[in-house]
Amino acid sequence: MPNIIAVVCASYGLAQSVCDGEDLPARAERFFRSDHTNNWAVLVCTSRFWFNYRHVANTLSVYRSVKRLGIPDSHIVLMLADDMACNHRNPKPATVFSHKNMELNVYGDDVEVDYRGYEVTVENFLRVLTGRLPPSTPRSKRLLSDDHSNILIYLTGHGGNGFLKFQDSEEISNVELADAFEQMWQKRRYNELLFIIDTCQGASMYERFYSPNLMALASSQVGEDSLSHQPDLAIGVHLMDRYTFYLLEFLEDIHPASQANMNDLFKVCPKSQCVSTPGHRTDLFQRDPGSVLITDFFGSVRKVEITMETINLTVPGIPLERFGGEPHTETALAYVDQLPVAQIIHQKPKQKDWHPPDGFILGLWTLILLVFFRTYGIKHLKHIF
Amino acid sequence: MGLLSDPNRRRALTNLLTRLNTPICVLCYLAGVAWFMGLAFEPFTLRTYMSENAMGSTMVEERFPAGERALVTAREFGAHKRKSGAMPVDWLVKTMQSRGLEVYTQSFSRRLPFPDENKERYMVRGTNVYGILRAPRAPRTEALVLSAPCSPDNSNNQAVGLLLGLAQYFRSQIYWAKDIIFLVNEHDLIGMQAWLEAYHHTNITGMDWAPLHGRGGSIQAALSLELSSDVVTSLDLVLEGLNGQLPNLDLANLFYTFCQKQDILCTIQEKLQRSDWDSVSGYSQAVQTMALMVLKQASGRPWGDHGLFLRYHIESATIRGINSFRQYKTDTTTVGRLLEGMFRKLNNLLERLHQSYFFYLLPSLSRFVSIGYYMPAFGFLAVILLLRALDLWVQLGALPSVTEDGVGSRALPLQSSSPSLVSILTPVVISHLTGAALYTLPVLSQELAVQHFPVSETEAVVLTAIAIYTAGLALPHNTHRYSSIAKQGWRVLKLVAVLYLAVLLSCTALINFSLGFILALTLVPVAAFVTPHVPKVLSAVVMVLLAPGCTLLYCVFAFQELQEAPVSLIDGWMLFLSVISQGMLDHALYGSLVYPLLALFIYPCWLILWNILFWK
Repeated sequence: MPNIIAVVCASYGLAQSVCDGEDLPARAERFFRSDHTNNWAVLVCTSRFWFNYRHVANTLSVYRSVKRLGIPDSHIVLMLADDMACNHRNPKPATVFSHKNMELNVYGDDVEVDYRGYEVTVENFLRVLTGRLPPSTPRSKRLLSDDHSNILIYLTGHGGNGFLKFQDSEEISNVELADAFEQMWQKRRYNELLFIIDTCQGASMYERFYSPNLMALASSQVGEDSLSHQPDLAIGVHLMDRYTFYLLEFLEDIHPASQANMNDLFKVCPKSQCVSTPGHRTDLFQRDPGSVLITDFFGSVRKVEITMETINLTVPGIPLERFGGEPHTETALAYVDQLPVAQIIHQKPKQKDWHPPDGFILGLWTLILLVFFRTYGIKHLKHIF
Repeated sequence: MGLLSDPNRRRALTNLLTRLNTPICVLCYLAGVAWFMGLAFEPFTLRTYMSENAMGSTMVEERFPAGERALVTAREFGAHKRKSGAMPVDWLVKTMQSRGLEVYTQSFSRRLPFPDENKERYMVRGTNVYGILRAPRAPRTEALVLSAPCSPDNSNNQAVGLLLGLAQYFRSQIYWAKDIIFLVNEHDLIGMQAWLEAYHHTNITGMDWAPLHGRGGSIQAALSLELSSDVVTSLDLVLEGLNGQLPNLDLANLFYTFCQKQDILCTIQEKLQRSDWDSVSGYSQAVQTMALMVLKQASGRPWGDHGLFLRYHIESATIRGINSFRQYKTDTTTVGRLLEGMFRKLNNLLERLHQSYFFYLLPSLSRFVSIGYYMPAFGFLAVILLLRALDLWVQLGALPSVTEDGVGSRALPLQSSSPSLVSILTPVVISHLTGAALYTLPVLSQELAVQHFPVSETEAVVLTAIAIYTAGLALPHNTHRYSSIAKQGWRVLKLVAVLYLAVLLSCTALINFSLGFILALTLVPVAAFVTPHVPKVLSAVVMVLLAPGCTLLYCVFAFQELQEAPVSLIDGWMLFLSVISQGMLDHALYGSLVYPLLALFIYPCWLILWNILFWK
């Protein structure tokens, strides 16, 4: 049930100036738009080596935006596969720039990397998502989300049709990822999840999702490559990928009170700027993307509304828009039967290979025998019968 | 029945093979030559591209400022060199130390097997000086090398000056992930060989060198610089190394990319790029460039100081500055920037260059022919030998059936096989002994020759070699005079010779395609047509004209023609003699394999064929 926080503020002109000229029930309506109470972010950069500088810069730019909009380090799991800031080849040590001419240093001095270097593996990533970590894992390396958490997952690196490469030695497939999200759903580890991926053929990674409340964005369609944005000649590498560059530009305009919604996010980096066609997927998402605020995922915005008046909230819930327009019926939630024994025992064995029908084989043999007897003479037939 | 087991069908096939053998051989030969000529045709070649991801399309900003200061250093170096007569070791050590490098020296000495008349040296003693720029933050596991030779005359001063200028500039940068070794080697290739052998703790050629006191990590790439003028009009890239080994094509691509970026004219085989490769003149230039590369590769000698690095799997190339009469000149600062850019890109490498081709031919700097495209040219020539071998096998198999008609001649076919074994071993052994004599005697007997004839040691060696070569023509051919059925023994000998030649040429072509192809061009027709039944005098003349020695002579003339410096017959002959002496010296000093291959294997093979011609 949505939290009912209606604070009756005592005096102070503050409330007056905020609530001037707005309809109170409308504001109350807006208040219950989303049912999450906390925000988490899992930001992963999967490639190492100096020439993949841009992937680390991508992840750090999203980290910077997410932190700026309010998600604290304790709620961010940052996984960086390589250390670009202290790489021997970095002419500006301890910095990672996202804009050329060194305008913006996204490394800064309060970056907290949770998984670094060789710890960024497919196994660790999936364990973080599903929560199956050994008891010795520190809190900073865990995704301690609950059923009211909105999670932002950002992946970047080198990918292909249906897979994402981790560290030059392994891959995660879209099926694995979809199953991980299903595990998260069954354990109610998220309320809503926004998945952003900036790799080549990124759209293939969200094709297989089947859990509810997932929204996905990718920087390119299947068969397209995501391109890098600009090289910095002094550093000698490409600094950012195009999609994340324009995403960063978009996010720089977002502040915690901003009302920009997901439809604006879908418009980030059109084909003219990105060369590839960004894609998104919203069919598994329950709410209308137009009513989802950017800060629902990218920021950790505390819902505090100050009003001098009392609002009657006896109206039972606000009907949210659904596909098909059916009213949302509250069914008792139960866990899926993990081991349906009855089904397994009484299952008919599936015929794996196709065998030709039995009659066909019989007919074939009859034909062979007839040909044999015709060729070599009918007299042999008496030996059979 | 099967195709080969049915006697009727087999006879039909073998008849076909025998009847059509000569036409197919001629066709294959023409196809091989045409394929080779067609390699340089522009639509059949591929454009070069950078394969290594780590060096990719990322450009760097080169900021080397000190070209003029490098020229001043070069003049100082030249003055000190003139004053001391040899390499100014103390001055170099002091200068490198003042630039912040770790400086070490290495002395070496070597006595050549006979005096080298081209470079006028016999007892060589020298010192290499090298300074190591340690990477500021990286572990000392990998290194890059920039080298410049110290030449006795007034050349290559600017190379050393630029090397020292770059050393000073590189020292102030913090982005080096590999150690950079700045090497000034004396006596060009001999000094380089001493340094490399000491660096890698090997001793291949029996040189006497002092061990190195300072070392970087394992060398990933090396560039050798030859610059003899203050301004250059073009930069030439030299790739061919020892035994025809080539560096990874990515190194050439890197050079070409940076030349285009700095807007410097870059050449290969000293031929300029052009825009109309598909015209007739464009095609002829491409063929000339490719033929020059083939000839250089076939000679098996390192054509720049970089050539010795390749043996240790270090990708290296030589950049030579050329100052010709052209209006557009490039100053030293730009050359320095080109080298800076190349080194920054090589710095980004995480593993040795291996993504691009190791075996290729370059008709121009922007186009290449890979091994998959040029090998069929040699394949056609090798097929001729196999067809001939099959033909001989068929003939040998058919012979007993001819003699079976006679009464009591059943014993004869059996007899004909055993004496022919002895009779074919004798020419083989004698040919190989002659080859061994050709390999060892010239150097060993130079003192004897000098005592009896008024020639210098080098001339004595070369003339002894030619004498032994010619004496091989007069070898006895009738060792089998006393065996009864020897008339057909030549077939067995020819079969052995043809198969031996096929194996030899194929193995050579795998390692050094150019050498294998050039030898095949002249030896395969000889091996194919020679029998005792062809007209003797004419065939003898043709065989001598297509012998390995004359092939070398033609190559010398062709090389001069392609370099656009044609020589007269006398000069050509003198050049030919010097080529022989250089070949022997290369083998003794650096381990080049061309001279032993020709003397110990190709020449005996040719002698066996000569023997077959005069079979009685």
